[in-house]
Formats: sequence, C-alpha cells, structure tokens
Amino acid sequence: MVEPLLRVEGVSRRFGGLLAVNAVSLSAPAASITALIGPNGAGKTTLFSVISGFLKPSAGHVRYDGMDVTGEPPHRLARRGIARTFQIVQPFAGLTVRHNIAVGAHLRHRARDVALQMAEQVGREVGLGELLDRPAHTLTVAGRKRLELARALATEPKVLLLDEVLAGLNPSEIRAIVPAIRALATRGIAIVMIEHMMQAAMSLADRVFVLAEGRIIAEGSPAEVVADPEVVEAYLGHGAAARMRAAYGH
Amino acid sequence: MKAFVPIAVVVAMLATVPAFLHSNVVLNFLVVTLMIALAGQGWNILGGYGGQYSFGHAAFFGTGAYVTAILQMRYGVNAWLGFAAGIAAGAVIGAIVGGLAFRAGLRSSYFALVTLAFAEVLRILASVAPITGAGVGILLKLDLGTRSFQFQSRAIFYLVILALVAVALVIARLLERSRFGAWLIAVRENEDAAMALGVDAFAVKLGAMIISAAITAAAGCFYVQYFLFIDAGIGYGSWISIEALLTPIIGGTGTVFGALLGALVVKSLGEGAKLITGDIPGLDLMIYGAVLILVIRFAPRGLVGAVTDAYDYLRPAAQKRAVEAAHG
Repeated sequence: MVEPLLRVEGVSRRFGGLLAVNAVSLSAPAASITALIGPNGAGKTTLFSVISGFLKPSAGHVRYDGMDVTGEPPHRLARRGIARTFQIVQPFAGLTVRHNIAVGAHLRHRARDVALQMAEQVGREVGLGELLDRPAHTLTVAGRKRLELARALATEPKVLLLDEVLAGLNPSEIRAIVPAIRALATRGIAIVMIEHMMQAAMSLADRVFVLAEGRIIAEGSPAEVVADPEVVEAYLGHGAAARMRAAYGH
Repeated sequence: MKAFVPIAVVVAMLATVPAFLHSNVVLNFLVVTLMIALAGQGWNILGGYGGQYSFGHAAFFGTGAYVTAILQMRYGVNAWLGFAAGIAAGAVIGAIVGGLAFRAGLRSSYFALVTLAFAEVLRILASVAPITGAGVGILLKLDLGTRSFQFQSRAIFYLVILALVAVALVIARLLERSRFGAWLIAVRENEDAAMALGVDAFAVKLGAMIISAAITAAAGCFYVQYFLFIDAGIGYGSWISIEALLTPIIGGTGTVFGALLGALVVKSLGEGAKLITGDIPGLDLMIYGAVLILVIRFAPRGLVGAVTDAYDYLRPAAQKRAVEAAHG
C-alpha cells in the first residue's frame, strides 16, 4: 500500500486536566477526501491545530510525505504544503479579496504581479470573481468561507485541512461549493474536512473518521460509519442505538 | 515607475521652498518638522504597516544621535561615517528589542509597554554613563564644512533632511509593492491567519522593526548634526516617542504620506498656537492631544484616509453628473 500523504500517529493533546485529543491515529491519502466528524467538543479543531502546527501535541507524531513534522511551526508546515482554513473565519478584514488571496499566493511567488494574477485566478475558481476588489469585511458568511478556501488554495497545498467550510451556508450555496471541493481532490490534493453538514460530508467523503470525547470511535466508508451503533450513541446518547433498533425493528 | 510619481512631485515641490522663503525661522521650523516626519515614518513602517505600536521609538532616535556624537567627539570619526554608524546602531537596537519582545510573543499593549521600558532604561543609562556625558550631554564642536556635515545655511540642512524623508517615502512605497510588505500587512490584519498561509510572523515583525529603527535613528543622527547637542532628555526622552507615533496616526497609519502630512499639520498647529498666545509651556502638547482626539473621532484612518474617503465620495457624484450631462 502507498504511504498516505498525511499520517497522524497516536496524537494526544492535554489542556491541564482535560485530555482534548486522546491517542488519535488517522491517515489521509492524496487525491481523496477524508472527513472528520463528531459531536461538539469532540476535539476535531484541536486535532487540526496540532496537525497545522498551531498547537504542539502532548504525545504522538504527525508524518507528512514520510517525514516527521511533529511540532513544526505553522509557517514551515505551510511551506511544506499543509494548508488549513479556520472554523471561525479569519479574513484580513481591511484588505480587498484580491489582496487577501495574494498573501497566500506569495508563499510560492515572490513577485507582486505574479501573486496578484494568481489571486485573481484562484478567486475566480472558488466563485469570488465578481468580488475581487471588495474589502473582505463586506463579504457575507458564504463569501468569507470561500475566501478562507481561496487563500489556502493559493498556497498550492498538497494537504488541505478544511474546518467546517460548509457550516453557515444555505443549501444552494453548499451545492455550489461542493463540486469545487471535489475538483480539488481529483487534482491530487489530500483533503481532510471537519464537517457538521452530515449529508454533504457523507456524499463527499471517501473515508470517514468519527471522533468523540477525544478518541476515534469509528472509521470506514460513509455507509459503514452511519451504521455503526457506537457512532449513533455518540451523537444521540447512551442506549440510543438499542432504542432505535427496538423502535424500527432492525 | 508610476507608483513613485506622487513622491517625486511632493519632494520636488518641497525642494523649491528655500528658493522663495529665506526666513531662518520658517526654514528652522520646516527642518524640525521634516525631522519629526522622518522619525514618524520610521514608526509608521512598524506601527502603521505592521500594526506593532511602539511607545519607545526614542530608543532608536537617541541611539542614532548618541552614536553619531560619541564617534565624532570621542573617537574623531568623520561625521558622515558617524551618521551611517548611528543609523546602523539604531538598527541593532531595533533587532535586540524586537528580537526579545517578539520572541516572547508580546502583542499590542504589552509590546508598547516593553518598548517604553527599553527607551526609559536607555534614558537613565545615558544620564549617568560617562561616555554619553551623563547629565551634561555632548556638545559637538562647531566645525562648518561639508566634510564635517555642518552647514552655515539652513537651506542646505533643509535639503539634506528632505532627501532623507524622500528615501523614507520611497522605502514605504517599495514596501507596499513587495512580498515582505504584503506579509507585514497580513500580520497586522491577523497574525494567526498569516502564519497559516506560510508567513513567518516573527521574522517579518523583526525585519520591520529593524527598518523602522534605522529610519528613526537617522532622524536622531540628523538632530545632532543640526543642533550640535544631545542629552538624555532629548535623545531618549518620551517627547520623541510621542511625536514619532502621533504624526503617522494623525496623518494616516500604513500610508506613504501619513507621517509627512501629520508632521506638517501637527507642527503648524503647535507653532501657530505658540505665536498667537506667546510661548506657554506645554501648549503644543495640549494641541496635539486635541488634534488626536478629533482625528480619532472623525477620521480614524487619519488625514490621508479622510482625503481618500472624500475623493471616493465625490468621484461617483462627479461621474453621475457627467453621465447626466452627456444624456442631457
């Protein structure tokens, strides 16, 4: 089997007495979409922060392209090819959409005009073509999510960590952005997405990991995961799976 | 090249001033104003473009001034070399203060307080150390001539400081058009987001601090050559820290001309008030405070921001009128 591009091995992260992430292992191969789901407070965003270098793990390793990159600072990981978006969008509010994206493009292109040109191209790709010269703070939630995606893409990543890019979007906006994400995977990027929009996540993902109370409780194809009683209980409470079996008779 | 035209026009206009203004009082006023604009432009690189508000740019101004003076008076170094060494020394102090403060992860008011503390420590050291002349300060020997960087004519000093300001304006414009500048502004807007996009925030802030310190140090070097005197209260006093941050904030932070415009407005008001009321001590500081409050209330992006807003507001109206006229 080919070594997956991103491999998380037994990562734990402790905040004082709270073990937010507990010996989590997962892997994400290139050209595929891996979904990370789980109830609120399960530790999904904390895990992303560890992978992207914003937090150092208390234990465990992060391997990227065969190299141990555990504990490297975010900017170095970005240079290696790991990009992330933020669940709480973090636009450069005072700058235009074009200049926001250009910051990402500058990572691999020194020249200002090349970066601006690339910003325009990436902006059009994610559907921000009409808004390129608008200040970022005037964008709607959907626009800001797209901007997060565009900036991360402009760094030309090999691994893309998407933290709830669909949350807060209406169904038609989701229908518009889903093909864009699918296209990125076919281009060869390893996508890991945290998602609460189950329907979208399930239709997009090749493989799903379920995180609850800091631990991976299930992994598999979308169909396997939704049939797993432990997953049902993590979302709906202890005993829910048995009650559902009794109620629906299967 | 087009981006540098406004700088060329403004500098060329200012350069013609000595041709029709011969009053030493006015020239002296303009020399001091441009010197403050230079110190303010230094602050603007770090504070305006980088969002790191320093309250201690006196540390760089004073270091530039003292190094220039000490090298000449104690070691007989040529004045021009002393001037260059003063700028370099300011940059080194910037690297030390920035390296420590940014490595420690200090942001916003904590960063401001630490810079203030560094400036105060240097002020106290300079007021007791023998090499800085302790409480007496250092008096430069009068030695008129180009070689010793001392000129009889204020017009020449005026052109020298104008040239330094021109260089600082060009540096700001180059910054705006470079990757380093884009990264610096990104750090100002959102440091975490910048880091996620591959920006080494520490290196970028440190780089900005060094450029900023060097420019403000140049103002200090110039001070010594112009007034031939430096002591701890002038070199490392809080007055210069305040003026260095006040001018770009009033003029417009993160803009090429903000510090220059701010210095012209603030200094004109200060001197104007003194002329009208007689020389009441501290009056200029009260004027600065009042202007600062007005600017923060009515033009939070400074005077440059207010002018561009007014332009953007008027332009569509003008265009609309033109369209209506065409359709008659």
